[in-house]
Amino acid sequence: MANIHVKAAEIGWLERLASRDTPLGRVDPRVKLITTLAFIVTVLSYGKYQIAALLPLAVYPLVLMVMGDVPARFLIRKLLIASPFAIFVGLFNPLLDRQPVLTLGSYPIAGGWVSYAAILLRFVLTVSAALAMMAGTGIYNICRGMERLGVPSVFTVQVLLLYRYLFVLMDEGLRMVRARALRSAGNRGMGLRVYGAMLGSLLLRTLDRAQRVHVAMCCRGFDGHVRTIQSLRLRGGDVVFLVGWLGLFVMLRLVDVAGLLGALLTGAGR
Amino acid sequence: MHMADALISPLVGGAMWAAAACVTLYSTRKMQRSVDERRVPLMGVLGAFVFAAQMINFTIPGTGSSGHLGGGLLLTILLGPPAAFITIASILTVQALFFADGGLLALGCNIINMGLFPCFVVYPLLYRPLAGKKPTGGRRMLAAIVGAVVGLQLGALGVVTEAMMSGASDLPFSKFLMLMQPIHLAIGLVEGLVTASVVGFLARVRPEVLDQIPSAAEGRRGIQPVVVGMLVAAVVTAGLVSWFASTHPDGLEWAIARSTGHVSLPPPIDPVHNAAKHVQEKTAILPAYDLPMQERPTATELDDKSARNAWGIPSVGTSVAGLAGGAASLVLAMGVAWVFRPRRATDSASQ
Repeated sequence: MANIHVKAAEIGWLERLASRDTPLGRVDPRVKLITTLAFIVTVLSYGKYQIAALLPLAVYPLVLMVMGDVPARFLIRKLLIASPFAIFVGLFNPLLDRQPVLTLGSYPIAGGWVSYAAILLRFVLTVSAALAMMAGTGIYNICRGMERLGVPSVFTVQVLLLYRYLFVLMDEGLRMVRARALRSAGNRGMGLRVYGAMLGSLLLRTLDRAQRVHVAMCCRGFDGHVRTIQSLRLRGGDVVFLVGWLGLFVMLRLVDVAGLLGALLTGAGR
Repeated sequence: MHMADALISPLVGGAMWAAAACVTLYSTRKMQRSVDERRVPLMGVLGAFVFAAQMINFTIPGTGSSGHLGGGLLLTILLGPPAAFITIASILTVQALFFADGGLLALGCNIINMGLFPCFVVYPLLYRPLAGKKPTGGRRMLAAIVGAVVGLQLGALGVVTEAMMSGASDLPFSKFLMLMQPIHLAIGLVEGLVTASVVGFLARVRPEVLDQIPSAAEGRRGIQPVVVGMLVAAVVTAGLVSWFASTHPDGLEWAIARSTGHVSLPPPIDPVHNAAKHVQEKTAILPAYDLPMQERPTATELDDKSARNAWGIPSVGTSVAGLAGGAASLVLAMGVAWVFRPRRATDSASQ
């Protein structure tokens, strides 16, 4: 139950971060969406055993973090509680792939460990980039950007409405959970019967609420579109942001900066 | 069940994005054609309801664990396939953006796995025929359980297939399946029970809610978007494979070579690997960079893995160099980020 509070608080926090005026927040949301997707594609295009070559790409999430003034503590905590699926599935690699692919000193390291480390690194890079972008943009701007990029407005309006009522219904669910916990000594009321009735009545209240919301929206002239006063316009800085990052990704993909630096540092290239 | 970005290749992610986009477009067309725009706020609020419902747990008797609602089938029963599909897609989008539950590139995979199957396969082909026109409690229970189990099994199969095609995991296909399907059988049973009990409650307390569902006509054409979605995924995958195969032979080909059996034995020299090596040598970007390496063995001496991995770490000397270079570039990246930092001193002074 504790994580309900945490989850509810986390969303609010992300949106609060996004509502501030930061250099990242002023970048056009379309540009941020495209750059972040390009970043993820670049990260995932590397081979299965490549770790060192991926590390220079960390520059993107790091720069987003400082441009958006996103606290590192926040990102790290989000990374730790994020979906453990990748960590779980990747865990089988070290067990299955035992062929050494690299040696540290005289100690051979199995391919499975290398590929597992690569999976974890890719996980950290992609998730932190997405979260940092989100913390510097906010849901309203993301939806506006998506709409301008051709996503149907039915979908973006749906995301916005969902987001709008998330907090209301989470609070309602939270109150029900607390009420049930207070009334069920030990495990008595925690079974499926009470649960079904509880969800059912939450659903009924939700449906009634939807009806009231709809009537209220109709009164205010809602016709299926959300209009905003501001219009999105690409500025020079946005173009520089987009072209600069895309160019850097291509450059990093073609030139192994880590390898070059390593050769320079250890003299292996001589 | 949420796929992470780290587990998929750009190829699979792109193909599934295209498929998800097609089905979303189909669903929005379908919705715009039906005049009932009252469902717009209803969908939004129901999406938020699923979030709230997922926070409420119940204890599963005898196991000590707890279960909660997934929501895919319930939304389809309440909204009909197209509207439910868009609602599920929006839920997954918010989860990806705010909770890092499933990645951005993996969003297409997740929408297909968790949206397409319950909305356009299970509901029209299983739930409606099984529940019938005037469902009784028992029939509804049966239909919900069968529907939820089949939906989750299909979703889990999708997860395994996508992960395998991406080649990030070393698990052989059959073992991965043996791992995923039984877990999702249990989850599906719970999901079916919960769905049936909520729908049963609605039928008892306010049956008119269930009668409003605008889906009898839409359900019949349910299989069409599935075919379209799968076709798009197949075409995009094929197109991208042929395009990528020349420059980047480590995604799909790799997975195929892998699942043919040789997991840790030295791989045999076969035409596919030779061709891959040949292509790699031909197209290796910056091959000159490799030349000064002292101990670099010839391509035939390298074992198959490092040969395929042209920028990999072929020997002791270069592996140390690789790691040192990686660390150095990480430091460099931090340095660049530090340069970009906002001038906080003036910010805080002005506050």
